Amino acid sequence: MIEVRLAGLGVEAEFQAAAGITALFGPAGAGKTLILDAIAGFVTPGNGRILLDDEILFDGASGVNLPPRLRRCGYISRHWALFPHMSLRDNLLFPLARFARLERHRRVKEMLERFALHEAAPRRPHEVSAAERLKCTVARALIGESKLLLADEPASGLDIGLRAEWHKALRLVRDETELPVLLATRELDTCFELAGTMLVLDGGRILQSGPPQNVLDQPANVEAARLLGIRNVFSAEIMALDPGRNTSRLKLDNFELTGPYFPGRLRGDRVWLCVQAVDLRVGPHDGSKPQANQVPARLERALEMPRAVRLEFAGSIVAEIPRQEFERQKDNKEWLVEFPPQALRVV
Amino acid sequence: MPFDWSPLWLSLRYAGLATLCSVPLGVLLAWLLAHRHFAGSELLDAAANLPLVLPPAVLVYYSLAGLGRWPLVFNWHAAVIVSTIYTLPLLMRISRAGFEAVDHSFENAARSLGASEWRIFWRITAPLAWRALLAAILAGFARSLADFGITAIVATGAAWLGLLIGVVGLAALYFGNRLRRGWVWA
Repeated sequence: MIEVRLAGLGVEAEFQAAAGITALFGPAGAGKTLILDAIAGFVTPGNGRILLDDEILFDGASGVNLPPRLRRCGYISRHWALFPHMSLRDNLLFPLARFARLERHRRVKEMLERFALHEAAPRRPHEVSAAERLKCTVARALIGESKLLLADEPASGLDIGLRAEWHKALRLVRDETELPVLLATRELDTCFELAGTMLVLDGGRILQSGPPQNVLDQPANVEAARLLGIRNVFSAEIMALDPGRNTSRLKLDNFELTGPYFPGRLRGDRVWLCVQAVDLRVGPHDGSKPQANQVPARLERALEMPRAVRLEFAGSIVAEIPRQEFERQKDNKEWLVEFPPQALRVV
Repeated sequence: MPFDWSPLWLSLRYAGLATLCSVPLGVLLAWLLAHRHFAGSELLDAAANLPLVLPPAVLVYYSLAGLGRWPLVFNWHAAVIVSTIYTLPLLMRISRAGFEAVDHSFENAARSLGASEWRIFWRITAPLAWRALLAAILAGFARSLADFGITAIVATGAAWLGLLIGVVGLAALYFGNRLRRGWVWA
C-alpha cells in the first residue's frame, strides 16, 4: 500500500494505492511523471508525505527524504533505460549486487524463464527485439525486492504489437505479484484494460478517482469529462425536478431534454450536461414532430473511424454509430438525434 | 652529435604527471557540476574555468604566489602543479559535456535499482561517457604538453623564454587571424 500526499512543484495530490494497477490518467503536463518521480525520489516535493507499507519515504514536516536507492520502488521510464553497454543478463544482475552469488543466479534464471528471455540474455539491448527489451525492462524492475512498481508511459508511441506485449507483461505483474503498480498513461483504453482504479489528473491536481467505468459513467466535473473524451458537454439549466417520477427537465441553448432525477440538484441550478457520443441515437427526420428528447440536427461532417463513424452535427453534437448503421442511413437528408434519458449526466 | 631527447622526455613527463593530477579533480568537478546544483556551483564553475582565460604568465605568477613560492622557486613540483591548474578547465569542460550527454534516465534507473552514486558512476556514467572522458584526458595531455611556455618559466627559471613564446604565439595568432581574413596591414 502506498499513501501519497504531495504539495509543491506544481502538484497538489493525495491518494492511496493498494496491490494492483492504479492508472494516473491525464494529458501531457498533468503532473503524472512528477508524481512518479517524487515517489521514486528523483525530485523532492516542497511538502507532503509518502508512505510505502508504513515506511516513510518522504515527510516534508520532519525532513525525512530517503534516497532513491533505499526506497525499493521499481521504475520503468518511458525510454525503458536498459543499460546499453550491458547484456540483458547483466542488466538483470545489476540490482542484485547485495545478494549472494547463488541467489543472484537463481533470481536471474527465474526472471529469464518467466519472461521467456533465455535466448536474448547474452545479447545487448540493441541486438534484441523491442519486445525483448521491453520484457527485460519489466523483469529488471521486479528482480530486486521492489515493493512498488512505477511505470511512466513506457508504451507511448509503441505499435500495436508492442503495446500488447507491454499489457501482457503488466497483467503478469498484476496477477502474479502483490505489488501496487502506478501506471502513468494518456490512454483511456489502457486504464480500462489494466487498471482497477484510475486517477484523472490535470494541471497537477487529481480531478477524480475510482474504478475506470465509474469514472467514465459519472465524471466529477466538466474538466474531467473533457479529459475522458466525452464530446457532448453542454451548459444547461434545471427547469424541473420530480423525485417521485424520477425525472427532470433540462433547458439547453436551443432545446429541452427530459432526464432522470438528479439527487442533490435544485431547480434553477446551472449545470454541465455530459453525454457520451456512443450513447446518442440517430435516425432520419421525415418532417414529423420529433418525440421527447429527439432533436433535429444538421449533419456537418462524418468521420471514418476503424469500427465506427463519428457524426458531427451543428450545435456541437457528436454521435458515434457502427459503420453498418451509417451505411443504412448515409443518404438521410435530415437527421434526428435522440438523447436517451439514462445517458444524461450532469456535473 | 647524438640527438638530444631530453626536452621531449621532460615535456612528456610533466604533461603526463599534470594530466594524472588533473584527471581526478577535473572529472570530480565535471561530475559535480553536471549532476548537482548547489549554492555556489556557478561560482565554482567560473573559478574552475578561470585558468582558461588567464594568460600563462599571469597564471604562473598567481599560482606560485598562491603556493607560497614567491619569489619564484623553480622546480618540477611547481611546474607540475601549475600545469595541472592550467590543464584542469579543458579536461573538466570536455568531461562535463560527456556527463551531461548521458541520458539521466539511465542513472535514475540505476538509483531505483538500489545502486549508490559511486557505483552508478563506475558502472553507468563513466562507461557511457568513456569517449568524452578519453577525449578530455587526451586534450588535457596535449594542452599540457604543448604548453611549453609554462614549463619553461617554472622549471628552468627562464621567464624570458616563456614570455617570448607567449608574445610570439599571440603575434602569430593575431596575424594569422588577420591573414585569414585577407588583409594584414589595414
